[in-house]
Amino acid sequence: MKKFINDPMRVVDEMLEGFLAVNARYARRAAGHPRAIVRADAPVKGKVAVVTGGGSGHKPSFIGYIGKGMLDAVAAGEIFTSPPVPAVLECVRAAHGGKGVLLLLGNYAGDVMNFDMAAELAQEEGIEVQQAIATDDVGAGFQDEPHKRRGVSGEFLIWKCCGAMAERGEPLSEVKRIAEKVNANARTMGVAIAPCTVPAAGKPTFVLAENEMEVGVGHHGEPGVAREALRPVDEIVDMLAEKVVNDLPYRAGDEVLTLINGLGATPLLELYIAQRRLQQGLAGRGIRIGRAFVGEFFTALEMAGFSITLLKIDQELKELIAAPADTPYLVQT
Amino acid sequence: MTDHVTGKALRVLRAICEEVERNKDYLCELDAALGDGDHGISMAKSFHAVALRLDGLGNAPLSEVLQAVGMTLISEVGGAMGPLFGTAFLRAGKVAAGKESLTSSDLAQMLRAAEEGIVQRGKAQPGDKTMLDALHPAVEAAQRAATEGATIRDVLRAAAAASAQGAAATKEMVAKMGRASRLGERTLGHQDAGATSVSIILRVAAETVSAQQT
Repeated sequence: MKKFINDPMRVVDEMLEGFLAVNARYARRAAGHPRAIVRADAPVKGKVAVVTGGGSGHKPSFIGYIGKGMLDAVAAGEIFTSPPVPAVLECVRAAHGGKGVLLLLGNYAGDVMNFDMAAELAQEEGIEVQQAIATDDVGAGFQDEPHKRRGVSGEFLIWKCCGAMAERGEPLSEVKRIAEKVNANARTMGVAIAPCTVPAAGKPTFVLAENEMEVGVGHHGEPGVAREALRPVDEIVDMLAEKVVNDLPYRAGDEVLTLINGLGATPLLELYIAQRRLQQGLAGRGIRIGRAFVGEFFTALEMAGFSITLLKIDQELKELIAAPADTPYLVQT
Repeated sequence: MTDHVTGKALRVLRAICEEVERNKDYLCELDAALGDGDHGISMAKSFHAVALRLDGLGNAPLSEVLQAVGMTLISEVGGAMGPLFGTAFLRAGKVAAGKESLTSSDLAQMLRAAEEGIVQRGKAQPGDKTMLDALHPAVEAAQRAATEGATIRDVLRAAAAASAQGAAATKEMVAKMGRASRLGERTLGHQDAGATSVSIILRVAAETVSAQQT
């Protein structure tokens, strides 16, 4: 293992020290738990608090999107490990501004259990809490069992839209409706050409030969669903887009947001080549692109790979996507 | 008598903490084939926290010891294993409440309660290639042994043997829960890490109690 680290067991704490110092304008630790990271001005009165969290190692997610118009608090776990109950509970307490709390999470066994236990405890304290679980990954199939799908880059879009909705002063039920609407209209699929190494494990999560790629990967360095021969990126984009488009399905005349997300070690140069082909492919299908994101939003340490997300957008979602945000890694005016 | 049963339990728990640490790399290797390869790290961190917590519990009743272990597992590390093993210890602790000594039947009931807690929390069933595939046969074996009048030592031995078989049998299963479920048929031939952890814990419990009684 070759990494710029000190103690593999302390990477998250040391990262947080640096991050919080640089971004003190946006975020701070809540008093009650060192892994409960909240908006600098939390609790913000008169709005629903949008709270998420999960394992670390996904920079800029999750804490990079704490701020006005997106997230109110993030429970930060160990690398790729769900945060424990007290961290989530403290996020809820510290972010709660009197209008309830929406817990957003990816569909991972640990997150589901820890967030559920924290939600129960918060409700016992009299805080209104609702949960919404992202399931946008089509990589592993489960078309008929969406409750088994992972939440991947679509989570970023859910935070953006729910954050904007909450900022307008909408009630908890409405903010939750938007989480479910975004999730229902978003689909993602990923591919990787190199794994990542969890620092404390010290070994790569899988091994690929020079000419191989792993199809259907998530963002924890876990293996995907199939190992295939590496091909020119146009063919890879076509294959991913085909699976994503057919899953919802997205149809001619639809307007979509596209998100090409680098998984940590894929240069923007390659991501824009992928974007070029995605544009061509969607145009050929009569699908219009209303907004496009290209970059790193939800990474898996130094995994080399990318994912394609489509979100079908209507007027309501377009406005929420375009709404202002002021966070360390997404600024829109 | 309180000191007696607590003292025994603390020796068992300390032995478990040490054995989990010794198996850290092995558990990570098993997990790497099916997940993100950190199961051993999570387990070692969790039980390291448990070991530290045990120091202040020498005079506590058994139920309090088990509840403290459960809360530590839930609170300290997170992940999926924290809530699952934590709930198991909390439930076993509830059964032990008010008991100054344990019978074979109490122990079988504690294991049963632990299993029920894990099912409730994790929503898995036997056959899904999870920790339950090591725990469920162990609970059944413990119940049978207790009903037949076996000693605590033999109840634990029966449970340990059944859980070792159960863990090995997960190689033949296709994962239906958790991250591994996304790999489908690719999970065949690999032993589940969570099930292996359960079998390690029960083996150490059986060995420690056997050693204490000889």
